[in-house]
Amino acid sequence: MSANLYGDTPSSPTKDHIISVIVRDEPRVLTRITSMFARRGFNIKSLSVGTTENPGVSRMTIVVGGDDNILQQAIRQLEKLIDVIKVIDHREEKFVDRELVLVKVTITPETRVEVRHIAEDFRARIVDVGRYALMFEVTGDEGKITAFIEQMRPFGIIETMRTGRVALSRGSNADIPTQVYTDGGSKSLEPVLGDVEI
Amino acid sequence: MNGAQALWQTLINHNITTVFGYPGGAVIPLYDALTGFPEMRHILVRHEQGASHAAEGWAKATGEVGVCIATSGPGATNLVTGLTDAMMDSVPIVAITGNVPRALIGTDAFQEADITGITMPITKHNYLVRHANDLPRILAEAIRLARSGRPGPVLVDVPKDVQLELFSGEIPAPHARPESPSPAREAIERAIEALKKAQRPILMVGGGAMDASKEIIEFAKAWNLPVITTLMGLGIYPSKDPLWLGMPGMHGSVAANRAITNADVLVGIGLRFDDRVTGKVSRFAKNATIIHVDIDAAEISKLVHAHIPVRGDAAKAARYFADHATYLENKEWHDKLQEWKDRYVRHPVWSAGYAIKQIVDQLSDDDILSTDVGQHQMLAAQLARFQKPRRWLTSGGLGTMGFGFPAAIGSALADPGVRSIVIAGDGGFQMTAQELATLTKYRIPVKIAVINNSFLGMVRQWQELFHENRYSEVWLGDSNPDFIKLADAYGIHAVRATNSEELESAIQAWLNHDGPSLLEAVVPNEHGVFPMVPAGASLEEMVETHEEAKQKQ
Repeated sequence: MSANLYGDTPSSPTKDHIISVIVRDEPRVLTRITSMFARRGFNIKSLSVGTTENPGVSRMTIVVGGDDNILQQAIRQLEKLIDVIKVIDHREEKFVDRELVLVKVTITPETRVEVRHIAEDFRARIVDVGRYALMFEVTGDEGKITAFIEQMRPFGIIETMRTGRVALSRGSNADIPTQVYTDGGSKSLEPVLGDVEI
Repeated sequence: MNGAQALWQTLINHNITTVFGYPGGAVIPLYDALTGFPEMRHILVRHEQGASHAAEGWAKATGEVGVCIATSGPGATNLVTGLTDAMMDSVPIVAITGNVPRALIGTDAFQEADITGITMPITKHNYLVRHANDLPRILAEAIRLARSGRPGPVLVDVPKDVQLELFSGEIPAPHARPESPSPAREAIERAIEALKKAQRPILMVGGGAMDASKEIIEFAKAWNLPVITTLMGLGIYPSKDPLWLGMPGMHGSVAANRAITNADVLVGIGLRFDDRVTGKVSRFAKNATIIHVDIDAAEISKLVHAHIPVRGDAAKAARYFADHATYLENKEWHDKLQEWKDRYVRHPVWSAGYAIKQIVDQLSDDDILSTDVGQHQMLAAQLARFQKPRRWLTSGGLGTMGFGFPAAIGSALADPGVRSIVIAGDGGFQMTAQELATLTKYRIPVKIAVINNSFLGMVRQWQELFHENRYSEVWLGDSNPDFIKLADAYGIHAVRATNSEELESAIQAWLNHDGPSLLEAVVPNEHGVFPMVPAGASLEEMVETHEEAKQKQ
C-alpha cells in the first residue's frame, strides 16, 4: 500500500509536469526555489523567471520531471517557502505554454531558398542574415520548436538557444487575486505575508 | 536609537528577555547597546553551538521562541548544527548573527561568511537586514515565523553598520499568534468512520502534538485507543496510563512495534514517519488504514501513504475525535497488547541500562530530562516514565551529539523552579563540555550524569552486530579525561560510581547537592540496546536480545 518517494514502487510513470510559482521579488528567491529542488533530488527540466504586472511579484514557470508523488511533494515543499505566494499546478486547468528559441542555421546558395521556405511554414522570423548563416526566432509549444529544429538539422545547425517554457492559465481569471498584493508599489513584506497562510 | 538598540528593544517588546550568545567583531555594537538594557539577560556560552542548543532547550521546555546570538563568519557557522537540529525537530528558535559592514559584503572580508546562503536549507526562512529601519519589523516577522504553523528556526543576519545606523521608526508590537488551521470537517469525519470499524486500532503521536496533550488523552480514553508516543512525543501521553504502549521504531518497545505491524487502523498525529520509526517503509503498518493528521501538508504522504489525510492543528483534530467518540471494546486486541507489554528487557545489575534506570527512577513528574545522543539516549527513552509533555528534551531527527548538556542549560534557565537533569555519554558530553564554564558563571543548577562506557557505544554496537566486531575508532577509554577532575577544574561538584552499591549513594549526593553537579557512572562496555530493529529491516524483524541479533546475521 505504501507509496514511497524514493522507493521501489513508483505509483505513476515519470513524466514532465508544468507548474507556475508566484514569488515575492526578494534577493535569493531563485536560489531558495532551486535549492529546494536540488536538496530533495527533484529534477528541474526547464525554468523561466520574469517580473509580473505587479511590482514586487515575480513569476516562474517550472517543468518538473518525475512521477506524481514527486510533483506533489515539490508543490507542497514550494508552498512552505515564505517567499512563495502561490503555486499553480497546470494539470488542474487548461493553460497555454510557449517557448522561444533562437536557431542559427548554415546556408549555401543552393539551400538558401529551401531553408527560408521551411521557416515560413513554421512562421519563424529571420532575425539575422549573414552570408553563410541565417538566425531564426521561433515561438510555440515544445512540439513545434522541436519539429523546427529537426527540419533545420540536415542543413546544419550552428547553435541554438531555448528560453524554457512559460505558461499561463486560460480564461479571464488571474492565477492569484490582485488583493493578495494590494499596495503594489511598496516593497514591504507585511501585506504579502499577512494574506498568505504559513 | 541605533539599529542595535532597536534590536534589543524589539526582543524585549516580544517578552524575550533571555538570550544565549557569544560576542565578536561584527556584533560589538550589539553588545555595546546591551549595556543599556538591564532587563535583558544575556547568557555567555563558551561555543556558539552551545548557544544554539541552549536556545533549543529553552524552546523545547517552554514552547516559546529561544534566541541565540553569534558574530559573523566562524561565529555564525558554529550555529549551523543547532539550526539544523532545530529544523529537523521543529524547534522555534531565532538566531541573530552579525555580518561585515554592507560595503564589504561579497568581498571575502575578514570573518565574512554568506550565512544566509549557508543556512538556506536548514532554516524555515532567513533574512539579511539591509537597513536599520527594517530591522525591528524583520525581527518581529522572524519571531512570528519561528513559532507559527510547524515551528522551526529563523536566522536574521545584521551587518555591523546596520547595527550602528540610526533607527527612526516605531518598534512594532508583537504579531498576534496566527490561528492554526482547523482540519477540514469532511476529512476528519471520514477518519472517524474508518476508526469506528477498527478491530485493532492504535493512536501514534509525535512531537508535533506536544501542545495537544490534554486533547490526545481525552481522545484516547474516549475511544479506548492504545497509544504509542514517538521519541519526540514522549510525555504527551502519561506513561502511567494502561493504554500507553511505549515508543515505536528502531529501539521501540515490543508492544509498540507489534501493535503497528498488526494494527488495522493507525491514527498518526503530529509525526512525520521518520525512517527510525518506520523501519522498512514498504512493510510499515501494512495492514492498516492510515489516518495522518499534520499541520504541514508536505508531510502527508511524503513517506507513508496516508489513506485519510487530515491537514490541521493537532489539538483541534484530537478535540474533534474526542467529541465524536465511540468506545471501542476490542478486548482481544487489548489482551494481546498486554501480553506484548510484559516483554521488556531486564538489564544486568551493573550496566548502562541499570545505571540509567536508577537515575530516571529518581525523577519527579516535573523534572526536565535532557539527553545527548547514543545508547544512553535510547536507554533513557525506553526507561524514563514521563507523565507530562515538555519534560523530555532530546535530539531526534538530527541525532546531534553534544545537544543534551547545553539544552539542559536552556531548560534550567527557562524554568528555575524545576530540576534540569541531563544524561550524556562520555563521547557526546565532550563535544560541548566547555559549557561547564557557563554553569559555573551563572551557578545554573543543572545535574549532569555522564554514563561512561569508554566507547562510542552505539557505533560499537553496530560494529558488533553488522561488522564482525571490528571496533574501528570507537575506543575512548584510553584518552577520556578524568570527569571528576574536569568538573573540579570548572569548580563543579562531582561524584563517581563504579558499581551498583556506590551508585545509590552517589545519586543522592549528586541530586542533593545545592547547585550544579556531575555524576560519572563508570559502566561496563559490552552491553547493547535492545530491542532493536536492524537498519533497513521492517518492524516485524525486531530482535529482543544480542544473541537473537547475531543469529539473524
